Amino acid sequence: MILESFTHAFDLVLNLDKDFFEILLLSMKVSCLSLLLSCLVALPIGTYLAIKNFWGRDTVLIIFNAMMGLPPVVVGLIVYLLISRSGPFGWLGFLYTPTAMIIAQMILIIPIIVSLTAQIIEEINEEYKDLFKSLVISSHKALIAYLYDARYSILTVILAGFGRAISEVGAVIIVGGNIDHLTRVMTTTIALETSKGNLSLALALGIILLLIALIINLILITLKTKAKRRMYV
Amino acid sequence: MFDNQKKSKSLTPIVVSNLSLLLGEIKILDKINCKIHNESIIAILGPNGAGKSMFLKSINGLIGVDSGKIYFNSRQINDHIRKEIALVFQKPTLLRRTVLENMQFVLEKKNKISNLEITYLLQRVGLDIYKDKPARLLSGGEQQRLSLARALLIDPSLLLLDEPTANLDPYSLNLIEEIILDENKKGKTIILTTHDMGQAKRLAKEILFFNKGKLLEQTKAINFFKKPKTQEAQSYINGKILI
Repeated sequence: MILESFTHAFDLVLNLDKDFFEILLLSMKVSCLSLLLSCLVALPIGTYLAIKNFWGRDTVLIIFNAMMGLPPVVVGLIVYLLISRSGPFGWLGFLYTPTAMIIAQMILIIPIIVSLTAQIIEEINEEYKDLFKSLVISSHKALIAYLYDARYSILTVILAGFGRAISEVGAVIIVGGNIDHLTRVMTTTIALETSKGNLSLALALGIILLLIALIINLILITLKTKAKRRMYV
Repeated sequence: MFDNQKKSKSLTPIVVSNLSLLLGEIKILDKINCKIHNESIIAILGPNGAGKSMFLKSINGLIGVDSGKIYFNSRQINDHIRKEIALVFQKPTLLRRTVLENMQFVLEKKNKISNLEITYLLQRVGLDIYKDKPARLLSGGEQQRLSLARALLIDPSLLLLDEPTANLDPYSLNLIEEIILDENKKGKTIILTTHDMGQAKRLAKEILFFNKGKLLEQTKAINFFKKPKTQEAQSYINGKILI
């Protein structure tokens, strides 16, 4: 079965199977976009939470930490209720579109990036804050310096977010609907094909997903090793 | 960069008036009063926990005090004054970047300073050959020299050094002492903390002696080592434990 799946996976790739590549491309597109948008929102929030002391800061951090373990199906359900025709944002017409999948993934990724970024920046802030204060460095310049100097660790966080996004199934199947040629991604296809008993295709897609995870980890390890050698982490 | 004399005069005399700092119930600094004159090298001496580093950080505005004031040529500390003060920490804080980038980080703050000045300062501290090396891969002595070069790049009127040569090799120690004397000749006022009595004798024109958060003596260096005014200072010079 496994050997057959490998053969099937290679067949799909080598024969440039149109449907397969459409699914793969949509998976990458949705995950990359949700990751990009999440980073734009979460990195400044995480950094701000790390370096600023304000009333309720700890509570906000606790909430974000707790949200790291949000069940995807619950997120899917909430987003569904919000964007369904009768929901408050139903007029936007996002239900069963890739946009809805991006929103759901963002809700899952943002807490991860916020919490882990806050931890990383808190550590570097502890190290730099006296220097920056003595040099009278502006908050804006300090923020850029923190993100730049923690770039290797931040990249790890971003890739962790990507891992969460690409492997997500529960939320995207609810809000995306797994519609062929429109919202069908790798994970939802695997779920569907498994339920249909078409295990070889499901396994083939699973292998591709695993390969993506392996590549991400390889990049991570390479970057970490390089950064450690230069004592940048 | 070398127009320090004028700037130094603008920050001095530094008058410390009734400065107190508490940490819970413990008095870290207890009603400190002193006056620091222009173009001097002042060594702050005292046993561990005497309040030397906290005093330096108070002058730099790095920590808020509970009471008292510090006047820089009759003005209280503000961001404009703080930009004229450089503090070199006992444990060098270096960015996770190369030697050159660590210098450039300060340069970005002061756009008027050119890359030539960075090269000059790195040559001066013997680190020009390491400019592309990650700063944290430098040895302890090299890191401290880089810290000093970075501090000098902002061209401060007042240079504060917190045990700048603690645990350093003789080469780094000599180089840093040479630079301190040289910068003082150029008009910078320098305040340093040290446990090295020989260093205080070699560099300082004046001594501030602290014990248990109190400033017990402010006197000329030559007089301090010849005939200290307090029993505590005498004991400290003789290497006895202060109780």
